[in-house]
Amino acid sequence: MSSQLERNFVEMTGRMTKNEAMEEANRCLYCYDAPCITACPTSIQIPNFIKKIASSNMKGSALTIMDANPIGASCARVCPTEILCEGACVLNSSTKPIKIGQLQRYATDWAMETDVELFKKGEPNGYKVAIVGSGPAGLSAARELSRFGYSVTIFEAEAKAGGLNTYGIVSFRLPNEVADWEVAQVEKLGVEIKTNTRVGVDISAEDILTQYDSVIVAVGMGSVPNLGIEGEELEGVHDAIEFVKRTKMGVLTEDLIGKRVAVIGAGNTAIDGATCAVRLGAEQVDILYRRTEKEMTAYQYEYEFAKQDGVGFKWLTAPKRIIGDEAGKVTGLECVKMKLGEAGADGRQRPEAIEGSEFIIEVDAVIKAIGQTRFVPLIEAFGLQHTNGVVDIDETTMQTSNAKVFACGDVVFGNGQGEAMVVTAAQQGKNAANIIHERFKKQSGNA
Amino acid sequence: MADLRIDLAGIKSPNPFWLASAPPTNSGYQVQRAFEAGWGGAVWKTLGEPILNVSSRFAAVSFNGQRVAGFNNIELITDRPLEINLNEILETKKRFPNHAIIASLMVEPQQEKWHEIVKKVEAVGVDGLELNFGCPHGMAERGMGSASGQVPELVEKQTYWVKEVARTPVIVKLTPNITDITMTAEAAVRGGADAVSMINTINSLAGVDLDTWNTVPHVGGKGAHGGYCGPAVKPIALNMVAECARNPLVNVPISGIGGISNWQDAAEFMLMGATGVQVCTAAMHHGFSIVEDMIDGLNNYLDDKGIASVMDLVGQSVQRYSNWGDLDLNYNIVAQINNDVCINCNKCHIACEDTSHQCIDLYTESGRPMLKVREQDCVGCNLCAIVCPVDGAISMIEKKSTIPPMTWNERQSLISNFTR
Ligand SMILES: Cc1cc2nc3c(=O)[nH]c(=O)nc-3n(C[C@H](O)[C@H](O)[C@H](O)COP(=O)(O)OP(=O)(O)OC[C@H]3O[C@@H](n4cnc5c(N)ncnc54)[C@H](O)[C@@H]3O)c2cc1C
Ligand SMILES: Cc1cc2nc3c(=O)[nH]c(=O)nc-3n(C[C@H](O)[C@H](O)[C@H](O)COP(=O)(O)O)c2cc1C
Ligand code: SF4
Ligand code: SF4
Ligand code: SF4
Repeated sequence: MSSQLERNFVEMTGRMTKNEAMEEANRCLYCYDAPCITACPTSIQIPNFIKKIASSNMKGSALTIMDANPIGASCARVCPTEILCEGACVLNSSTKPIKIGQLQRYATDWAMETDVELFKKGEPNGYKVAIVGSGPAGLSAARELSRFGYSVTIFEAEAKAGGLNTYGIVSFRLPNEVADWEVAQVEKLGVEIKTNTRVGVDISAEDILTQYDSVIVAVGMGSVPNLGIEGEELEGVHDAIEFVKRTKMGVLTEDLIGKRVAVIGAGNTAIDGATCAVRLGAEQVDILYRRTEKEMTAYQYEYEFAKQDGVGFKWLTAPKRIIGDEAGKVTGLECVKMKLGEAGADGRQRPEAIEGSEFIIEVDAVIKAIGQTRFVPLIEAFGLQHTNGVVDIDETTMQTSNAKVFACGDVVFGNGQGEAMVVTAAQQGKNAANIIHERFKKQSGNA
Repeated sequence: MADLRIDLAGIKSPNPFWLASAPPTNSGYQVQRAFEAGWGGAVWKTLGEPILNVSSRFAAVSFNGQRVAGFNNIELITDRPLEINLNEILETKKRFPNHAIIASLMVEPQQEKWHEIVKKVEAVGVDGLELNFGCPHGMAERGMGSASGQVPELVEKQTYWVKEVARTPVIVKLTPNITDITMTAEAAVRGGADAVSMINTINSLAGVDLDTWNTVPHVGGKGAHGGYCGPAVKPIALNMVAECARNPLVNVPISGIGGISNWQDAAEFMLMGATGVQVCTAAMHHGFSIVEDMIDGLNNYLDDKGIASVMDLVGQSVQRYSNWGDLDLNYNIVAQINNDVCINCNKCHIACEDTSHQCIDLYTESGRPMLKVREQDCVGCNLCAIVCPVDGAISMIEKKSTIPPMTWNERQSLISNFTR
C-alpha cells in the first residue's frame, strides 16, 4: 500500500493551536440563553465549555461537552455546524461566528490525550438493558444508562463497535482513534459490548426480549439498495457504504489509480464515496444526479468540499445500464438526460427521462449512493410496527409499539421523521436512556 | 472532589466565591439568584442612610477590542430603605441558611450610628459585617467611605465602636486610595477587626469624549471621579493583599477583592494570603453563571494537585513575597528563541533593540530569517518573551551562576563590615 494513499486519508483539518483556541475562546460573548445551545441537538452548554477553555479548565470543558454528548469528540468533527451551533451563533450578525466545532475538538482532544476519567458508573440498580447496535445512538444510550446504574449489554454485528463512526464516515474527517476512544469511554463504564454478534442470526430477538428488562434497537440502516438496472453484478460496481468502509478498515487498494469513476446519487454518502475515490487516486470522478443542484441533499460544505477535490457534477442525469466487458468488468455507463416535471406527492418536482437523450460515458467503476435499505426482518422479529422500514415511535419517549422496546438513531429516521446525523442519534440515545430511567424510578418508587 | 468550604474568621461558606458589595447584591431577588447559581456568599450592597444616585453611572475601558478591561462607577451605597433590605436579608438567610450573607455598612463616623445599624443587621441573622471604609466618591465627600478609610485613627476608632456591640465577625474593607494599605490594615486590627477585605475601587476617570469633550461618564455635561475595578486592577489588589498577608501586625484573615474574573485569579489571591475572594465586575459583565467554572475549575485544579481542601492553598506563596533587598543579585536568566516555532514578526528584536539591551540579532541561515539572543548581553528582563505573540517561541532559561547567592542587603552589610 502506497504511503501517498495513506497520507490522503489522514485527517484534513488540523487542530487549533493553544494561541488560536485562546483567541477564539475569548471572542465568545458568553451569551445568556445562547442560541448556539438551542441549535445543538444535544444542548451542549457551549458558552460554558468555551469559557472553561479560556480559563484553562480543560477537564471541565471536556466534561461539559461529553456530559451532554457522549459522542462529542466525533461530533466536533462531523457535525454540519454551519446549520447547527455555528449557524445560530449571534456573531453571524456582527463579525463571524465562533468556531464552536474546532473548540469542541480542542477540548475533547485534550481529554483523549490525557485519558482522564470523565464519568463513573452508577450504583448498580439490578436492572438489565440490551442495546442492539453500537453506533452513536446505541453508545450514547449505553453511556447514560451505565451512569444511572444499569447493567448494559450491547450486541454488535461488526467486529468493532462504533457504527458508522467506525465504518462509515471517511477517515480524513473522522479518524478511527476518535471513534475508538468514544467506544472505550463507554466500555470503561462497565458496558459489555458483544461484537461479531448479529441479532437475528447469532442470537434471536426473542431471546433478547425475554432476557432483558428493556431493549433499545439502534441498528441504523442497511446497505445501499440496488439501482434496478442492468449490469449491477459487474466487477467495479460498489455500494458507497461498503466502499468507504474498506478505506476505514485501512484497505487502501491501488486499483482505482488513474481510473474514471461515476457516483450515483447526490447525498452526503455520495460525496463521501466520491472524495474517497479521488483519494484512492481516481483520475476523474463524477457525481450523477437525476435532479439538479438545488434538490441535492448533501450539505453545502460537503458539496464545496467535493468541488475542491475536483469531483465533477452531472445534473439531470440518470443511469440506465451498466456496461461490462467479457471479463465481467465495468467499462461504461449508459445514461439518460432528465427534466423536472410536475411536483410529486412530496412537493418535489419529479425527474422525467427525456426520450432519445441516451448517451454512454466510459467508466471503470460505479459507486451506488442512492440511500440505504432498512433492516425490516429484524424490526419485524422484534415485533415492532414500522412504516416502510422506519420504526414507528413516540417522538418524545422513543418508545416503539412494544412498551419495553425503544428505538433511536437512523433506524427511526425517514418519512419526515428526524435527521440522519450523528448528533441526533446521540441525543435520541440519551432520550431513550432517560425515559427508561424515569420509568424505572417511578416503578421502584424512588422518583 | 476537593473540599471547597472556607472559614473566614468564623464565617463559613460552601465555597470561597462571594459576590462583593455592589449592584449584584442589591436585593434579595439578586442574592437568591446568585446562591442558586452557586455563589458561596454575598456581601450585601452597602447599607446606611439611603442615598440618591445619579443616572449615567458606569463606564468601562476597552483594551484593543476586549470589552471591560477596566470598569468605572460613580454609584453610591444602597438607595433602598433599610427596612426593605433587612426583610430581604432575613428571607434570603431563611432560604439559604448555609450560604454566607455579610452586611456591608457605612454610616457617619459617630459611635451611636454604628451601634444602631450593627444591632439592626445582626437582628436579621447576618453571618458577619463588612465596614465600608472604601467608597471613593460621593460618600467620601460626606466624610464617610474612603474619607474615613484613609485616616488610620478613624479606621481604628470606628472599628472599635462596631466591635463594642457586634456579635458576628467584623471585616474591615479597605480603600486602595492610600500610599501604604498596611497602615490602615494595621489600624483595623488595632480596632479589633476579625478580618480585612481589599480592595475597594481606585479613584479614576474612564475617559474623555473627543467629540463633545465631556467626561466619560458625564451627568448632564459634568463628571466626577469614580472608582476603578475589573481585570485592570487585579495586580494592584493582589499586591495589597500580599503586603497585608506578610505583615505580622495584620494577623487576621483577608478577603481578597479586585479584578477576580475566574478560578485562576481566585487561586492566586488565595495563594497570596486571601482566605476567600469577592467578585463584582466579572459578574456584572457575564452574569451569575460564571461561578460554575470558578467552582469547577478550582476543584479540578485542587484535584490535579492532590490538595484536599481549598483552605490548604491559603497563604502558600506569601513567604515567597519579600523586599527587593532580599532578592538574589546573582540569579540569572536569559532569553532563548526557538526558531522552529517563531513566526518572524521581529517584535522581540525591536523591543530589545529600541527599549532594552540590544541583544537579539537578526540573521539569515540558508535564506531563512532567524533570530538569536546574545546571552552574554541579555539581562533577563523578560521583555522579548512578553511581546512575543507565539507560545513557546521565547523561553527564559535559568543560567546557573558560578557565584553564590547574594542579596542587596547581604551585600550592603558585607561592605559595611569591610569599611568598619
Ligand atoms: C458515508 C456516511 C457519511 C456520513 N457522514 C455524516 C456526517 O458527516 N455527519 C453526521 O452527523 N452524520 C453523518 N452520517 C450519518 C451518521 O453516520 C448516522 O446518522 C449515524 O451514524 C446514525 O447512528 P446509529 O447509531 O443510528 O446507526 P449506525 O451508526 O449505523 O450504527 C448501527 C450499528 O448497528 C449495528 N447493527 C446493525 N444491525 C445489527 C444487528 N442485527 N445486530 C447487531 N448489530 C447490528 C451496525 O453494525 C452498526 O454498528 C453519515 C453516514 C454515512 C453513511
Ligand atoms: C457599580 C459599583 C458599585 C459598588 N458599590 C459598592 C458598595 O456599595 N460598597 C462597597 O463596599 N463596594 C462597592 N463597590 C466595590 C466592589 O465591591 C469591589 O470592591 C470592586 O468593584 C472591586 O472588585 P471587582 O474588580 O471584582 O469589581 C462597587 C463597585 C461597583 C462597580
Ligand atoms: S452564540 Fe456565539 S458568542 Fe454567543 S455563546 Fe454561543 S458561541 Fe458564544
Ligand atoms: S442595563 Fe438595564 S438599567 Fe442599565 S441602562 Fe441598560 S436597561 Fe437600563
Ligand atoms: S517575537 Fe516571537 S515570533 Fe516574533 S520574531 Fe521574536 S521570537 Fe519570533
